[in-house]
Amino acid sequence: MQMPSLELLGQSLLSGLFIGGLYGLLGLGLSLSWGMLRQINLAHFALAFLGAYLTYQLSEHFKLDPFLTMLIIVPGFFLIGMAMHWMFAKFKVTPFNSLLVTFGLAVIIESLIQWIWSADYRKLESPYSDIKFQVGKLFLPLPELMTLLIAIALSIATWALLRYTHLGKAMRAMSENPKMASAFGINEPMLALLLSGAASAFAGVAGACLALSFTLAPSQIYAWVGVVFSAVMIGGLGNPLGPLVAGIVIGLSEAATMAVTAPAWAPLVSFSLLIAVLLLRPGKV
Amino acid sequence: MDRRVIAAFVVLVPLLAAVPLLKLPAFYETFLYLVLHWIVLATSWNILSGYSGYFSFGHGAFFGVGIYTTAVLSGKLDWPFLSTLPVAALVAAVFGVGLGAIVFRLPRLRGELFGLLTLAITFVIGTIILNTPIDGGPGVYLSAVPVPAIGPTPSGSFYLIILALAALVLWVAYWIYTARLGSGLFAIHDDEDVAEVQGVPTYRYKLIAFGISCAFAGMAGGIHSVFVSYVTVGEVFNIVVPLNVVLMSVLGGSRHWFGPAVGATVITALLYAFTAGDFAVAGRAAIGFILIAVILFMPQGILGQLLRYWRKRAAPKPLPQPLPPPPIPRTGQSGELILSVEGVTKQFTGVRALSDVTLQVHRGEILGLVGPNGSGKSTMVNVITGLYKPEAGRVVFNGTDLIPLPSFQAAHAGIARTYQIPRPFASLTVLENATLAGMFGGRQLSRSQAERQAMHWLEFVGLAERAGALPTELNLHQRKFLELARALASAPQLVLLDEVLAGLTPSEINSAITLVREIRNRGSTVVFIEHNMRAVLELCERLIVLNYGQIIASGDPRKVIADPEVISAYLGTPHETGR
Repeated sequence: MQMPSLELLGQSLLSGLFIGGLYGLLGLGLSLSWGMLRQINLAHFALAFLGAYLTYQLSEHFKLDPFLTMLIIVPGFFLIGMAMHWMFAKFKVTPFNSLLVTFGLAVIIESLIQWIWSADYRKLESPYSDIKFQVGKLFLPLPELMTLLIAIALSIATWALLRYTHLGKAMRAMSENPKMASAFGINEPMLALLLSGAASAFAGVAGACLALSFTLAPSQIYAWVGVVFSAVMIGGLGNPLGPLVAGIVIGLSEAATMAVTAPAWAPLVSFSLLIAVLLLRPGKV
Repeated sequence: MDRRVIAAFVVLVPLLAAVPLLKLPAFYETFLYLVLHWIVLATSWNILSGYSGYFSFGHGAFFGVGIYTTAVLSGKLDWPFLSTLPVAALVAAVFGVGLGAIVFRLPRLRGELFGLLTLAITFVIGTIILNTPIDGGPGVYLSAVPVPAIGPTPSGSFYLIILALAALVLWVAYWIYTARLGSGLFAIHDDEDVAEVQGVPTYRYKLIAFGISCAFAGMAGGIHSVFVSYVTVGEVFNIVVPLNVVLMSVLGGSRHWFGPAVGATVITALLYAFTAGDFAVAGRAAIGFILIAVILFMPQGILGQLLRYWRKRAAPKPLPQPLPPPPIPRTGQSGELILSVEGVTKQFTGVRALSDVTLQVHRGEILGLVGPNGSGKSTMVNVITGLYKPEAGRVVFNGTDLIPLPSFQAAHAGIARTYQIPRPFASLTVLENATLAGMFGGRQLSRSQAERQAMHWLEFVGLAERAGALPTELNLHQRKFLELARALASAPQLVLLDEVLAGLTPSEINSAITLVREIRNRGSTVVFIEHNMRAVLELCERLIVLNYGQIIASGDPRKVIADPEVISAYLGTPHETGR
C-alpha cells in the first residue's frame, strides 16, 4: 500500500463527493416509494437511464440545453410514475411482488432503450462538459457540481415539504397507516399517485444529470442497483435526507478505498457498509 | 415418496440418455442441452427461494463463480474438465453459505432485503473478477479444453453431462420436498417466527438449502463455461440468469418441486424461437411482459394452477388413521420445579416490557398469568419460548438455561405455545399444520407417525372433519382450536396458552375450559394467560399478576384477585378516596 499525494487524494475525495451526490439523487425517489408507499421500484434505474437517453437525444439532435430538457422530462416522468402506481393499486401488488413486477418493467425499458439507441456507448457532448472551476489545486467540473447542488436542493426541498406543509403531513400520515389516514379524510389514493409521480420525476432529473457526466449504455442500468440501494437502506427508508448523506459517505469511502488500494475493491465498500449498518442498527431498515 | 415419481425417473432418464444414439443433427442436442441447463438453474434456485420464500436475485453470481472456477482450473491450470466440476460446485456452495451465514443472521431480514443483497453481490463479485488476474478484462478462452467423449459427438457429450446433473437436481429437489427439510422450509415461507418457536432450526435449514442451491448453480456454471468455450464478466455477471430463473420458477409454480422445470422448458423454447428470428431484444422484452402478467394474473404458476384443478376433480385423499400418542414421559415428580424464570429483563426501544421478573412453574399445575393489556404477559411467553432474548436473566427449563441456546431448542426441550391471534401456516392444511408441530416438537416424530398423532389431536379438539381444509377456511373458534391441536401435537411438557378464550362465545368457552383441564390430566403443565376471570378461577391453582412488567401479586387465586393493588391495576384507583 502506498499513500498518494495530497492533491491526488483531495481530487479523488472530491470526485467521491460528487458521485455521492448522484447516489443520493438516484436514491431519493427510491427511498420515498419504498419507505412511504411500500413499493420497491427496480424500474427506477431503468427510468433514470431512459431520462438520460432522452436528454442525450434532445440536446444532441434538437440542440436543446441539457438543463432545459428537464422541463420536458419532469412532467413526462411524473405521468409515468402515476401510471405505475395506478397499476400497483389496481392489482393490490404486495411489497415483495412490486420488486418482481418492476424487475419485469426494468427489463422492458432496457430493451426499449437498446432497440432505439442500440447497445453501443453514447456520450453527450454538451457545452458544459469542459467547464471547470479551480479552487487552489483542485478542479471542480461544472456538470458534477450542478448534480450535487440539484441533489442537495431536491433533498432539502422534499424534506421541508414533508415536514412543514399540510400536504406533507398528510403524506406522512398516509405512509404510517393508509386506512386510518383515509378514515380521517385524507385522500389517500390521490396522495399516493402524487408521491409516485414525484419519485419517478426525480428519476428523470437524476437521468439528466447522469447524461451530463457519464457514458451511457443499456447494460449499465443494473450496475447502479447495489450501491444506490445501499445508500437508501443506510439512510433510512422514507427519509428524504438519508440517501444523500449516506450516498456521500459511500462515495467518499469508495474514493478513499480506490486511492489507497486497487479500484477492484471499491464495489465492496457500499456492500460492507450496508451489512455493518444492518448488523449494528437492526430494525431501522 | 411417491412410487409414480420413482417410476417416472427410472423410465424417463434412460430414455432421454438414449437420445444421442439417434444421431440427430447437433442443433437438436444443443437445444436440449439449453433446456436441461435452465432446468438445473431454475430447479436449484427453487430449492431455497421457492420453498422458503427467500427470493435470491444472485443466482447468477453463484453460476458465475462456477463458470470462473472451471475456466481457471481447466483453461489456465490444465485440469481435466470433469474433475473441475465438483470444485466448481464446492466453491459456489462455500460462497453461498458464507454469504448466507452473514445475511441470515441479520435480525428481521425481510425477503425484499435478501433479494437486493443477493443482486448486489452479483456485481460485487463480477467487478472483483474483472479487475483481478482471474479474468483481468479480456475474458477466458476454453476452446482448447478437451471434452471427454461420453457421447458419440461433443454436443452429445454435453447433453449427457447436463442430463445427469438435471436428473440429480430434480431428484434432490423432490427428496427435499418430501423430507423434513422441505417441511421446515415451507413453514419458514409462511411464518418464520412461528416455525422457529415450533422447533424448526430456521437458520440451519436456510443455510443448507442455500448451500445445495448454490452448489448446483456452480456445477451448471462449470459445464456451461466449456460449452460456450469463451467467458467474459459482462456475459456472466448480469441479470439474465436471475431474471430467467425467477421467471421460470414463478411461471411453472415455485411451490412444487417440478414447477421450475415446466417453466424452464416453456421459456427456453420461447427464447429459442425469438433468437432464431434475430429478435433477441424483443425476446427479453417479452420475458419482462410475461413476468408482470404472471405475477398479476397467475401467482400460483402453470403447475400450481393445474394441480389445483386436478385436486378439485379427484377424490380427496384418505385421511391417516388416528393414533393416540404415548403418554408424555414424566422426567420428574409432580410438584417439582419445571420452569424457573430468574430476574428476566426485556426492553424495547424506550419501553421496559419486563423488569427483573422471577417466577416458578411446578410440574403438573395450571398456573394463571394475568394482568392488564400491555403488562408484559405476551412478552413473557415470547421470552420463555426463545423468540425474544432478554437483556438480563435466565430461563431454566428442567435444569437447562435456554437463553444461550438457539430459539428452536425451547420446542425441542418440550415447550409449546398458542397465539392470541391464531398464526397457522396459511398455505398448509389443518392436518399439515398439526403434523408439522409433531415433526419438529419435543418428540421429533417421522412424518407418518406425526400425521397419525396429529389426526388424534384434531379429533381431540373436534377438527377431524376439517383436516383437509386450509386455515383461511376456518372460523375463529376453529382456528383457536387448531392452535391448541398444534401445541398438543408437539407432546409438550409445558404449554403456554396465550388468551385462548378471547373472542369465543360462552358455550365455546365452556368446552375450551374442559379441554384445558384435559390437557393437564394428560401430563402437560399449563401456563394459562387469560382475561376471563371466571375461567381463571375455575382452572388455576395458583395465580401471578403482572403490571408494567413487574409481578405485583401471586398465590391463591381467590386471595390474589381480592388484593387492592391488583384491583387498582385492572380498574384504576378511585378518583376520590374514602368513598
